[in-house]
Order: sequence, then structure tokens, then C-alpha cells
Amino acid sequence: MSTSLETAENPDQLERIVIEPLTRVEGHGKVTLLQDENKHIKQARLHIVEFRGFEKFIQGRPYWETPVLVQRLCGICPVSHHLAAAKATDMLVGTPQLTPTAEKIRRLMHYGQTLQSHALHFFHLCSPDLLFGFDDEVRHRNIVGVIEDHPEIAKQGVLLRKYGQEVIRLTAGKRVHGTGAIPGGVNKSLNQQELDYLLKDIDQIISWSIDAVALIKRIFFEQLDYHLAFATIDSNMLSLIGSDGAFDIYHGGLRAKDPDGNTVFDHVDYTDYTDYIMEGVKNWSYMKFPFIKSLGADNGWYRVGPLARVNNCDFFTTPLAEKERKEFSEMGNGKPVNSSLAFHWARLIELLYCAEAIKELLHDPDITGSELLNKGEMNSCGIGVIEAPRGTLFHHYEIDDDGLITKANLIVSTTNNNQAMNESIRQVASHYLDGNQLNEPLLNQIEVAIRAYDPCLSCATHAMGKMPLEISLVDENNQLVDRLEKRASGRIERTFD
Amino acid sequence: MSTEKSFKLDGKTIPFEDGDTIMDAALRAGEYIPHLCHNPEFTPHGSCRVCIVDVNGRQVSACTQPATENSEVINSSEQIMSQRRSLLQMLFVEGNHVCPACEKSGACQLQAVAYYTKMLSPHFTHFFPQRTVDASHPDTAIDFNRCILCELCVRASRDFDQKNIFAIDGRGIRSHLVINSPSGELGDTDFSAEDKAAHVCPVGAILPKHKGYERPIGDRLYDRKPISVVGDVAAHEFDQE
Repeated sequence: MSTSLETAENPDQLERIVIEPLTRVEGHGKVTLLQDENKHIKQARLHIVEFRGFEKFIQGRPYWETPVLVQRLCGICPVSHHLAAAKATDMLVGTPQLTPTAEKIRRLMHYGQTLQSHALHFFHLCSPDLLFGFDDEVRHRNIVGVIEDHPEIAKQGVLLRKYGQEVIRLTAGKRVHGTGAIPGGVNKSLNQQELDYLLKDIDQIISWSIDAVALIKRIFFEQLDYHLAFATIDSNMLSLIGSDGAFDIYHGGLRAKDPDGNTVFDHVDYTDYTDYIMEGVKNWSYMKFPFIKSLGADNGWYRVGPLARVNNCDFFTTPLAEKERKEFSEMGNGKPVNSSLAFHWARLIELLYCAEAIKELLHDPDITGSELLNKGEMNSCGIGVIEAPRGTLFHHYEIDDDGLITKANLIVSTTNNNQAMNESIRQVASHYLDGNQLNEPLLNQIEVAIRAYDPCLSCATHAMGKMPLEISLVDENNQLVDRLEKRASGRIERTFD
Repeated sequence: MSTEKSFKLDGKTIPFEDGDTIMDAALRAGEYIPHLCHNPEFTPHGSCRVCIVDVNGRQVSACTQPATENSEVINSSEQIMSQRRSLLQMLFVEGNHVCPACEKSGACQLQAVAYYTKMLSPHFTHFFPQRTVDASHPDTAIDFNRCILCELCVRASRDFDQKNIFAIDGRGIRSHLVINSPSGELGDTDFSAEDKAAHVCPVGAILPKHKGYERPIGDRLYDRKPISVVGDVAAHEFDQE
């Protein structure tokens, strides 16, 4: 399934632009394009300088620190790392089954996290592209433009996110980098005052979520053919799935489907993930390239995240989200929907699901329970997998007899989407940039393709317009013909005279 | 006419008895003088210098300086607070005090005193020392990254537990906590989680194993009130478990 644009036939004769690794990251992306003298694209690569070092420097640390320590990987969706690490430590402390209160509090935290992350991504970061067009005036194509032209939509986006953040605060102690999940359970449940506070607004949140799904459908259908084609690639899809095939972002088995919707594997115990997933490396990227072992590196790469999850699941357990899933699935004509821009649609269906699921949990008596912890016999290996807003997230720890970490492996969501994002920008480069003089709207199309995945490269998409980005045009004689750079400030400069 | 002896602390009259230090008398009167190595259960040490006060123009540590009749003690001047901040900043950069990930955060005396003195940043260049965690004991772990050399564990083990398990080795900037065992590990000693030494650490250096963060944010020792009101970690050690 890989395209030929990954590596040009004569790369050694072409100038390679190198930026030294920036201290990791949230936010540093680079795209390099190599074109021949006729401006045909010969090579397109997305570079993410993704090095955090957590796997190394947590070695020697006590395992019980990991849910709080490792979540510092990210300031955008730390709850995902918090919960993945907590699930891994559950296994370390031999928790056979969380108490009902502990599991429901963790789920509530996770739904709040996913709600706020999806709202942030769609309303703050992507709605300007989708509402105004990819080639809208750059001064207008931003959240301020949305506030000016569509104040009600902007307000709903801000308040949807705020609600999710409040759910996190009340379950984890803080909106960012809380401590709610601990090995074997949680450190608090909700009290009646907190419960009433969240119940007060949940119906409004569901209503706005319904509006959000309606908005993305209207946008998507307005230019249906274009949206179906833009950055679209055939890929495998990987996600967690409930034991009954239900959509589940907190726990389940691994399900992978091929581009035609055929099952590659299903209900795989995620603690066996190393039997099914491998991580490849390429000499031009600091980020690994995971792939499905049985399909090999060339054909086994996959997509994760909302698109994969909504395609992969058999049904949603909440009625409104399930109705939307059915409509979404019809777009695939019996196959998975492979449109990259459909990520947005799937993401907002998930937003609706989270709002519905939060309401269900708030009416569950276990959510105020007092049985918070459950521990058993210690194990030396702990693996936790969760569906982060951006996709499947793996945390794997091994400890010694003293309880200190000897080995850690993390496969973060964006890493899973690495090859797919590269393929999407190659599709955009060859279909929309090929043969053209580079300019800002074209540059933005590359960003639009990347942004659809909501990579965490967080700053890349979570500070829209601030992603340092570089596009270089090099002829076959290794001569730089043109180069555009987008600064972290958002300023775009032609850095070639 | 009263025969009670007294001194002035920031202008307030503080009564004292013979043998009292400035710290003893101030704490008894409900006046807070920031400190780290002081614990009223143990012989004053005067090593952290955070309790430095000005007595008639001389700077002394309040925990070791005997109270004297009619002396003028300045505890809260900006000059004294500034010196305390500098001492705290040096403690923060000398070790690896990663508050965002430390299970003692919110219930740590170093952190609480730093907040009290309005320390906003470490100021100095971090040393980033290479230190380990000794988790060889079944119940208690020692994270040497967080040790501030207050010697409370040394004093508690020696004077209270009668075990002499801890000591400070080296001099000056090379001073460091050591364990008195053939391997140098806590697991090779007769240390017990019930020992006094297990419950006096003002920071997150000596902690029970297999647990952390069990007290939710908002409910931790210093989440609601400052250390000047709450008091020392050691005074609440068992409340926090």
C-alpha cells in the first residue's frame, strides 16, 4: 500500500534539508518535498522529531509513580497516558478486576478527556479550515475568524471543552496532570455536590454535541467528492473493541481490519501486542513506523484514532452516537470509510458518544461509591492499552523484585499514524501540489491533511498555524529552487532568493 | 509585676522559659518560623539554616539560639525572607526535586516552605546529580534524589530507634546520606517501617513502597492552608497515611 514517493530514486543527488533534533516536541514538524525540474514531486516526507526519553529515564523509578510521572509526556491529553500507565500498574499489582466505582470513575475521566480534546481539535483548530476553506485569507482562517463570523459555534466549542475539563478536574483533582488513577484503582469518587455540578449542564452538552455532528455533516456533504478524495488513502485500521464488538475507548481487545473491511485479527488480548505489532525504523525519521506483523512493513501499516474506531466497531452503546455511526458507515458502501477528512466526522460522533456516556455514568450509583482500590499478587510485567483521543496507546513496563522499572515501551497514538500521515501528505503533494509554484494555500493543504489526524505532535495541530513547517523545492541537479518556512509565530517567509 | 521573661519577635512579645530556644518559644506562642531540619522531638541541629533570624543585628538559627531577655528578633523582614529563598533555591537545585511527579507533592515541607517564602523559581543552575532509588527494603524506599540532608532520619534512628541506620558521609558539597550496612542498602539493615526514622522525613526521600498519590489533590496536607498554619509534616505523618 505504500506509495513510491517515500524515497526518490536519486536522493543522494538532491539536497536534503536537515534540522537538528529539537528538544522534543510537541510541535515541531517538518515536511520535505523533492521535485524534479518539471516540478513533479519525487519525494515527500513528514518529519516529526519525536524524542522524549521517557522510556529511558523512568528506568530505576518506582512503578507506582508511572501514572503521574509518565503523563507529563503530554499537556494536551495527559489523561490518556495517566490511564494507560494506571492500567499497566493494575497488572503489576495483580488487580484482577477494578472495583465498579474505580472503573467508572476512570471511564468518566477518560470520556471527559476525549470530549475536551475532540472539542479543542475541531472547534479551535480545524473549524477555520472547514468553515472558510483551505485557501481562505490566512488572517481570517483562525479561531478569531470563527468567533467573528460564527460566534455561536465558537462559544459552543469553548464550552464543550470546558465541560470536559471540569469532568477531569473532579475525577483527577486538576484539569491537567491530575492524580486520580493509582495502581489498583482511583483515589477518589464523586461526592453529591460534584455530581450535581456535572449533571446541571450535561443535557446542554449533549445538545451541542448533536449540533456539532450536524455541522460536520453539512460541511462534508457540501463538497462531498472533494472531501472523499482529499488526502484519502487505503489503510488497515486498528483499535480496541469491546468483547461484544461495541465501541470502547477504555478497555477491550485489539481489532484490525484491512482496507476492504476484512478482519486481520480480532479480540486480541492486548498484553500479547508484541505478537501482532512490530515497530519499524527508517533512517530518515526519529519516529518509529509500527505495522501489523502478519502483513509485513510494506502492507501492514495502519491508522488509529476516531476513523479507525468508528469503522472498526460493530455498534455504539449509546443511541444517538449509534444512529450517527450507521449514517457514517453508509459512506463506505460496505467497506470502511477511508477518507482522511472523515476523521473529523468520526471524531465528532465520538464527541457525541462521550457526552451520552458521561450522562449515563452520572446517573450510575457506583460513581459515588467508596470502594476505590483492589490489589492482588505482584507481577513483574504490566501492559496497559487505551484508546487515546488520537488512537491506540500502549504502555508496557517491567519491574524488578524491588518494584523499580527495568524496561518501558510506549507506542503513542501519533506513532501508530506515522506512515499513514506520510501517505496522506504524499497523496496531497502528488494530487494538489504537483507542478505548482508553492504558496501558502498549498502549504496549508499539507497541514490540513496532517491536522485531520490530530497528531500529538501536539503543538503541530494544537496550536494551529504555529507548527514550524518547511517546504523545499529542489531540482534534479540538487539545486534549491524554492523554499517556504512557516515560523512558530505563524509568519510565513519565502527563504529563497 | 510579672516576672515572665520575654523577647520581641517582629514586635510581638514572646514569653519564654529558661532553656528555650527562639524556635521553642515562638512555636509555643503560635508564631511560625520557617524551618526544615528542626523537629521538636529531637536535639536541635541548625544545619538547614532556613530558620535564620536576626537577633539584635546578628543572624542566627532560631532552632539553636537560646532565647534571651528583651532581645529584638526579626523573623519576617524581606532581607531574612530573601536569604531563606536563596537557601531553598540551593536545596532545590542541589538535588532532583521534581515536584510535578513526586508523590510527596502537596504534603512536602520543602515545597510548602518554598511556597511560604514566595520562592518562584530555582534561580540557580540545576546540578542534576545522578542518584538512585534504594528500594531493597520490602516496605520502604529511599529516593536519594530528594534528600535535603536534614539528618532527621539520622537523629531518629540513632536517638529514638537506637539503630543508627543512617549517617551523613562526605563533606561540603559532597555530603550525602548513607546507609550503615555492608552493602550500603536499606534492605540489609534491621530498619522497620514502624521505626521513628520512617516517619520524620520532611520531603519525599523516605516513603512507603507500593503506594503513592492515594490522597487526592485538594485533600493533601498543604492544599488548603499554608505551612504556617498546618505545621510540620512529621506532626501529621500518621494523618497522611
